[in-house]
Amino acid sequence: MAATLVAARIQRNWLQRLSVIDIFLWAFRVAVLAAVVVGTFRTLYSGRYAGEVWIDFVVFGVSQGSVYALIALGYTMVYGILRMINFAHGDIFMCGAYTAYYAASALYRAGVFNRQPLLSLAIILAVAITASTSVALLVERVAYRPLRRAPRLVPLISAIGASFFIEYAVRGLYGSGFQAYPEFEVFKGKWNFFGIGILRTQAVVIAATVILMGLLYLFVMRTKTGTAMRAVSEDREVAALMGINVDRVIVITFAVGAAAAGAAGVLYALVFKQVHFFMGFYPGIKAFTAAVLGGIGNIPGAMLGGLFLGLFESVGPILVLDGLGIVAPYQLKDVIAFTMLVMVLIFRPSGILGERLAGKKA
Amino acid sequence: MRMKRLQILMTLTVALLLAAGAYFVPAAPAATMGPVTDPVGVVKVNKGQPVTIAYWLVVAGPDASLGVDSRRGIEIAVDDKKTVLGFPIKLIGEDSGCNAEGGVTAATKLASNQDIVAAIGSSCSSEAVPGAPILWKAGIVTVSPSNTAPKLTAADRGLDFDGYLRTAHNDLVQGRVAAEFARKSLKVGKAATIHDGSPYAEGLANAFADNFKKLGGTITSQEAISPTDTDMRPVLTKIAAGKPDLVYYPIFIAAGGFVTRQAKEVAGLQNVKLMSADGTFSPDFYKAGGDAVVGMYHTSPDLTEGALGTRYTAFLAKHKKKYGENVLSAFHAHAYDAAMIIFSAIEKVGKKDAAGNLYIGRKALRDALFATKGFRGVTGTITCNKFGDCADPKIAVYISNSSDPAKWNPGEEPKKIYP
Repeated sequence: MAATLVAARIQRNWLQRLSVIDIFLWAFRVAVLAAVVVGTFRTLYSGRYAGEVWIDFVVFGVSQGSVYALIALGYTMVYGILRMINFAHGDIFMCGAYTAYYAASALYRAGVFNRQPLLSLAIILAVAITASTSVALLVERVAYRPLRRAPRLVPLISAIGASFFIEYAVRGLYGSGFQAYPEFEVFKGKWNFFGIGILRTQAVVIAATVILMGLLYLFVMRTKTGTAMRAVSEDREVAALMGINVDRVIVITFAVGAAAAGAAGVLYALVFKQVHFFMGFYPGIKAFTAAVLGGIGNIPGAMLGGLFLGLFESVGPILVLDGLGIVAPYQLKDVIAFTMLVMVLIFRPSGILGERLAGKKA
Repeated sequence: MRMKRLQILMTLTVALLLAAGAYFVPAAPAATMGPVTDPVGVVKVNKGQPVTIAYWLVVAGPDASLGVDSRRGIEIAVDDKKTVLGFPIKLIGEDSGCNAEGGVTAATKLASNQDIVAAIGSSCSSEAVPGAPILWKAGIVTVSPSNTAPKLTAADRGLDFDGYLRTAHNDLVQGRVAAEFARKSLKVGKAATIHDGSPYAEGLANAFADNFKKLGGTITSQEAISPTDTDMRPVLTKIAAGKPDLVYYPIFIAAGGFVTRQAKEVAGLQNVKLMSADGTFSPDFYKAGGDAVVGMYHTSPDLTEGALGTRYTAFLAKHKKKYGENVLSAFHAHAYDAAMIIFSAIEKVGKKDAAGNLYIGRKALRDALFATKGFRGVTGTITCNKFGDCADPKIAVYISNSSDPAKWNPGEEPKKIYP
């Protein structure tokens, strides 16, 4: 008797708490999941795409996702420390890629490019990293530091302004057309790994991303500066009381994030071979999405979020939409990416790895 | 609560007023000025002042070569014509960005300037769809040198487009020539198409697919990308699953470059034939596509002396002398003709008063343009139909044998191979 009463009360409580928004959210979840399941099943059942094709899709997704992940690191690190979205980050990525283009074409004209590919790649990377780091530090000094004590919205607007400023400054400097990167002869064609043919450029991108991320993770987790960064991220005031120079840590954070973006710029140019003053905009938005997807403020989260986003974009349209009978599904790949973002945020509002953050800082 | 409702009401009213303002302000009323009465409006050009013509073309950004090329055609026409009815000609203009938003911005800006007699533009069909109605509401007639989307001059295009004409070909023609070339000369049986969602690309891809099927071919898939995409490998892999012999992608330079470079890297497409259209017919495309452009086909207006005659050769000589380089894209001659039919129409309807001021009726000018018949232009004999199609379409197919932008010289490089 008592048990039934309790059960009835629980049920009533549950019913009382159920709002229109909850019903809508549940209906949305169910609808998207149903669409995904039906679409996937029908695509696989039709057998139109062979196994190798799927492997290709996954490789394309991982290489695109690696670039997103590298850019996302900058967003997430700055957010972790300043609670601020650095919207100029996509353009810092563009600055690196664009400046490195001039180094690349100079090397190409000098004939060093294909004779010493590794040396050239190192030089190009160094130029890109230097360029994006200097721009990022300049932006931090001019647009963000004076607003350190301002309300949170103010530096956000300043960031958007900085973004436009960088874009149109580059347009003024280098022109509004696009430039074509020279190609490395060694990176043409494919390599075979365990019978899977992978485009060399993509293999290089994936390998370089893994190495860079490993280095970054070690830097944050094992070095003194990294520990200071984590301390500032936990609590800025207490970190300052412990004798940590907070301003210096913030500058280092910007520099490291920008260096990752500069490297991402070169990797992007290796794969796509074009640079343009507006090229940072979309990758920037996507990387920001990746950072939120993984749990903003969380470094492994940004890496994971980038990979997930790349995979959704590459595999999603064909796996889900093709099966639903939608023609020309690749036009809708951004829809897939952002629907997945919404889904992740509905199921896990703090992102894939964002739990720690949700408890302490949100 | 009451306050809130009031606020909503006020916001709505303000929004409505703003929308209505944007809609009605540029509209030109019927007017009588000097010796001219016109239901749409009259432009008065004071003695000694110039007749103002405006262009709205994409003259900045990744597709700038298309618009700059057309602008140069207009500038040469102005140089050749010098004066119209004894008045000097002044050319002003706006960048239209090759997208709908840019088209609206440029058209709105031009519509607010009531000195403009007529406009030349736009470059891309996506700009004309929202832009041309804005200009015509302000009474400005516009002639496009390079819009080719079929729906702009279709029978059901609507009254908004009453002030819109073009000297560029209709893509129903270009799609047919591309399909005929693919079926009859290349003898391919299966083809796939890619468009980027713009009216131009979608219209042309569909025109090609319809004709290709009519000629007995199979379309394996019709895909779409968005113009800002960079990674085309997934969509190309999907296309490869249908095993086409040819991929036709009538899109723009940046995205076209990505497709060209990445197609050869996708398993199953190494030997596929690539064909692009007039939207990428520019030396800039060689930069975007790199070595991958060698061996690919392009459909575009026929720019050889054999097709256009010696007047075109003379035009090219003037171009080389004025700008010190070869032409940048495919529509300079169409732009020249667009300017010339406008000048000729102004001469037909312009009237002077005793003091020597010039009056041009806007409706009369529009009617005179639509009545253009048998006009001898550089691109051929220009005759406008009642939906604004004026071109004498001559489409050719070219093949690229080099990827060096410096060698760009349509007819030779890329080399004309059909018809």
